[in-house]
Amino acid sequence: MPDYNEYLANIFAILKPFAKQGILLNEESELVTELGLTSLQVMELIEQLEDHFDMSIPLNILPDIRTVHDLALALEKLNP
Amino acid sequence: MSLFDKFQPIVDIQAELQQLGVMPFGAVTEKLLSSTEAIVNGHQVILAGTNNYLGLTFEPECLEAAKQAIDELGTGTTGSRMANGTFAGHVALENELAAFFDRRHAIVFSTGYAATMGMGSTLAGPGDVIVLDADSHASIYDGVRLGGADIIRFRHNDPADLDKRLRRLGDRIENTLIIVEGIYSMMGDQAPLAEIAAVKRKYGGLLLVDEAHSLGMLGEHGRGVAEAAGVEDDVDFVVGTFSKSLGAIGGYCVSNHDQLNAIRFAIRSYIFTASPSPSVIASTRAALRLMQERPQLRDRLWANAHRLYNGLTALGLQVSPEVSPVVAVTIKDRNQAIDWWNRLLQHGAYVNLVMPPASPSDDSLLRCSVSAAHSPEQIDRIVEAFATVQGQK
Repeated sequence: MPDYNEYLANIFAILKPFAKQGILLNEESELVTELGLTSLQVMELIEQLEDHFDMSIPLNILPDIRTVHDLALALEKLNP
Repeated sequence: MSLFDKFQPIVDIQAELQQLGVMPFGAVTEKLLSSTEAIVNGHQVILAGTNNYLGLTFEPECLEAAKQAIDELGTGTTGSRMANGTFAGHVALENELAAFFDRRHAIVFSTGYAATMGMGSTLAGPGDVIVLDADSHASIYDGVRLGGADIIRFRHNDPADLDKRLRRLGDRIENTLIIVEGIYSMMGDQAPLAEIAAVKRKYGGLLLVDEAHSLGMLGEHGRGVAEAAGVEDDVDFVVGTFSKSLGAIGGYCVSNHDQLNAIRFAIRSYIFTASPSPSVIASTRAALRLMQERPQLRDRLWANAHRLYNGLTALGLQVSPEVSPVVAVTIKDRNQAIDWWNRLLQHGAYVNLVMPPASPSDDSLLRCSVSAAHSPEQIDRIVEAFATVQGQK
């Protein structure tokens, strides 16, 4: 199973085209308030991660996810 | 920070609209001239955004049934279905719905929202799984969130994506409810229900279909997309509303599962609200009967749907992907959509303005819905209003 760093690397790769230009991505980047993702873009990010890792990500986890780090950690927990 | 801060974006949009002098949300219908014409915000318009698909809101038999019910039973039941709010009419309507759908059981709810929200929140709880179409209606999302099951979305109208998600569930499929709609309310596109049912047969789970926008429109008897696709046996629960093709308000769920009569008493949106008023039940029963007696209404509805769809397509507008009683025109720019909505009203056509997040993408929509009661001339006038507004730019 992929580990935290692999999830992180993929989130960064997928986020690049979504995130506002000129913003440097790091683990503490906030998806909505900092990177400016709309709710539709958040869902698109989730779908791409689901496809890449062949996993389903329940919507229930989203309210607890603020940063890239939160998301990578949640994926690791879902797919231990 | 205060409790009110989160409403600021709405306040900003309201201020912006007020400055433009436009009131698209909560437009006031001041007078109804018929089921297809009204005075809205001071303009006489053809109603092209009311979901009044069969045009039964002024049908004499429905009006008479409602008036008689008021005289005999009063204006309201003043109570829950579980307490004093079950009148003979509620039970009769449940029996008539069950017979119409050829299913053993039916529940009548006070609104369509209460039906979908109630079924979604009650059937699957913590530890269970909901797999739903990404473009599902807000009432479905609200319900499943309330229920506490794990919520997994599949890509809109994509049976292959549903297949992947059911495969990944493994043993959890036993506790899984799949939710889709028959016709989707915003774009009017139909679910590929034969393919979705095939995926369900392959893996298992239960399937709930919301036929709110397809009742009376599709299938030999007008039972909706499931009947038209020939997969009613694969659909465990059908939910829907009385507020569209039946011209009243209320909702229902029908099923062959005997457990429905127990589930009824676990649904909070059924228990903790007053039951539909006698007049609403009476007009709904009359409309349900007329819908079955007059299949020509469906033919007129589809003829009008084709006429509007073809008319708007010929103008070169970006029209929804398939012909349907819901015809949505995509306008990418929000301010242009607001401007068009306002000018359409001035040129005699009321349509629905839909902006994100209510629209399924980042685009805005001018959503039209046609009625069997529209005359071909009225449809042409709606198209002309679009042409005029488009020409003015």
